[in-house]
Amino acid sequence: MSLDADDIKNIAKLARLKIDDADVADYATNLSNILDLVEQMNSVDTEGVVPMSHPLEVIQRLRDDAVTESNQRDDFQSVAPATQDGLYLVPKVIE
Amino acid sequence: MSDYHEKTLAELSTLLQTGEVSSSALTEYFLSRIKQQDAELNSFITIAEDQAMAEAAEADERLKSGNTSALTGIPIAHKDIFCTRGIKTSCGSRMLDNFISPYDATVVNNFKQAGVITLGKTNMDEFAMGSSNETSFYGAVKNPWDTKRVPGGSSGGSAAAVAARLAPAATGTDTGGSIRQPAALCGITGLKPTYGRVSRYGMIAFASSLDQGGPMAQTAEDCALMLNAMAGFDEKDSTSIEKEVPDYTADLNHSVNGLRIGLPSQYFDEGLDDNVKAVIQTAIDQYRDMGAEIVDIELPNTSLSVPVYYVVAPAECSANLSRFDGVRYGYRCEDPKDLYDLYTRSRGEGFGAEVKRRIMVGTYALSAGYYDAYYLKAQQLRHLISDDFKKAFESVDVIMGPASPSTAFNIGEKAEDPISMYLSDIYTIAVNLAGVPGMSVPVGFVDGNPVGLQIIGNYFEESRLLNVAHQYQQQTDWHRQIPDSFK
Repeated sequence: MSLDADDIKNIAKLARLKIDDADVADYATNLSNILDLVEQMNSVDTEGVVPMSHPLEVIQRLRDDAVTESNQRDDFQSVAPATQDGLYLVPKVIE
Repeated sequence: MSDYHEKTLAELSTLLQTGEVSSSALTEYFLSRIKQQDAELNSFITIAEDQAMAEAAEADERLKSGNTSALTGIPIAHKDIFCTRGIKTSCGSRMLDNFISPYDATVVNNFKQAGVITLGKTNMDEFAMGSSNETSFYGAVKNPWDTKRVPGGSSGGSAAAVAARLAPAATGTDTGGSIRQPAALCGITGLKPTYGRVSRYGMIAFASSLDQGGPMAQTAEDCALMLNAMAGFDEKDSTSIEKEVPDYTADLNHSVNGLRIGLPSQYFDEGLDDNVKAVIQTAIDQYRDMGAEIVDIELPNTSLSVPVYYVVAPAECSANLSRFDGVRYGYRCEDPKDLYDLYTRSRGEGFGAEVKRRIMVGTYALSAGYYDAYYLKAQQLRHLISDDFKKAFESVDVIMGPASPSTAFNIGEKAEDPISMYLSDIYTIAVNLAGVPGMSVPVGFVDGNPVGLQIIGNYFEESRLLNVAHQYQQQTDWHRQIPDSFK
């Protein structure tokens, strides 16, 4: 499996990661090597094998649809990069 | 001069309960060791001196009142992946360098309830992605047995701190070997419990279907004491298992006479260093002398565990780490020109190279058209790997082998070659994929560098693992060895 510079730029875009142009070639080499390692999976026929979703095959637990948490907005927003009037600030998205 | 650092948790507990030492004195003792000696190791990211002394004063009140647990007044260190209210929780990343957690992880809270003191937060590979502790934003941790070498990872700070006796014990997390491999490379005892046994709430997520917290200490008995406090159902963790928690110290003294030990041929193949193999063999011979029966077994899908892991873990990490967007907490880039720029630059600048590699592998594996070929295929193979263990445990009680194919490698040796680093986890990864518990126990040295014996058990058989390790530690003193510069 070989990824080229365009593949890397596309994956980085999907992952919302800014990658320096100078590093693209390195990422292409490393990611291609990792995908080569992963290719070994194809040496085994898994036709009909059930994919494992939990090691203990338990069923997802559900809780009652009730309010259980207290309001801790001030605590949580104390670590935010930018807030105002209890809201998180981001660059303008609508002109 | 006191020698508290030579004492196990169990011994310190006795000293505290009988009033021979106060928690404040003990906490001060270890804080001072950290301040004097950690410069050599870089095993701590944060020293929580003020909070620790306040917690110790509270513990001393409890010790006087008699409202205590076995761990009341004991100071320990937490891996910097566990959220600690009011203390920086960085996960080894620039992304969280400014993050003061507004809440406690369940594990941290459980220890607080037991009266345990937090000395500080230990260094780790960034977001637990690494096997050498070199990917930390805060710099590499050094192995106390040889400071040119790595301590292993990702819980390398915890392992180095306990090995150098800067803390009597520490917490760790294990996604693909991150407790067992550094425990082996630093000569301490570490346990990865069954998936779901210890709550993941407040433990910063890497690969949610593999992550599990556990104890790192000098002895199996100390790990049992810690696991008593750590384990248990938590409704805040949707994969936490509702199952009674036994007293993990109860079975420690059982005999291993008649114990059936399985040796998988795949764990002793050409990839294993000959000297490490000889040390492991000596430990197994000792178990035979203690009355155990040694059985040859097969775990045929072992070689698939590395490729499967490098699909499952990156896929889950790419989803988990999407929460770091520069909006609600963590690093934000300077002067973002729009929302896309805010996301991509905050993440591009906040994450290190290995984390970015894994996010990208995971993003690719989960992208449209590739899901079946990668994630689905990996989850199918995971079933086969897990069936290997189920079959093995029909004929043996525990499985033994090395925790790592070599002793600690040199800092920088594998840093530029991710694949060779990944392959060094060959003996530990399958345990996480199957979800069974595993331990590493110190069993000797090669040229002054520690070797760890891995002991793997069936689901929820932590008590048996601890018993098997404890019985060995009654006959040997490898676990009491301290590196010369830290005696």
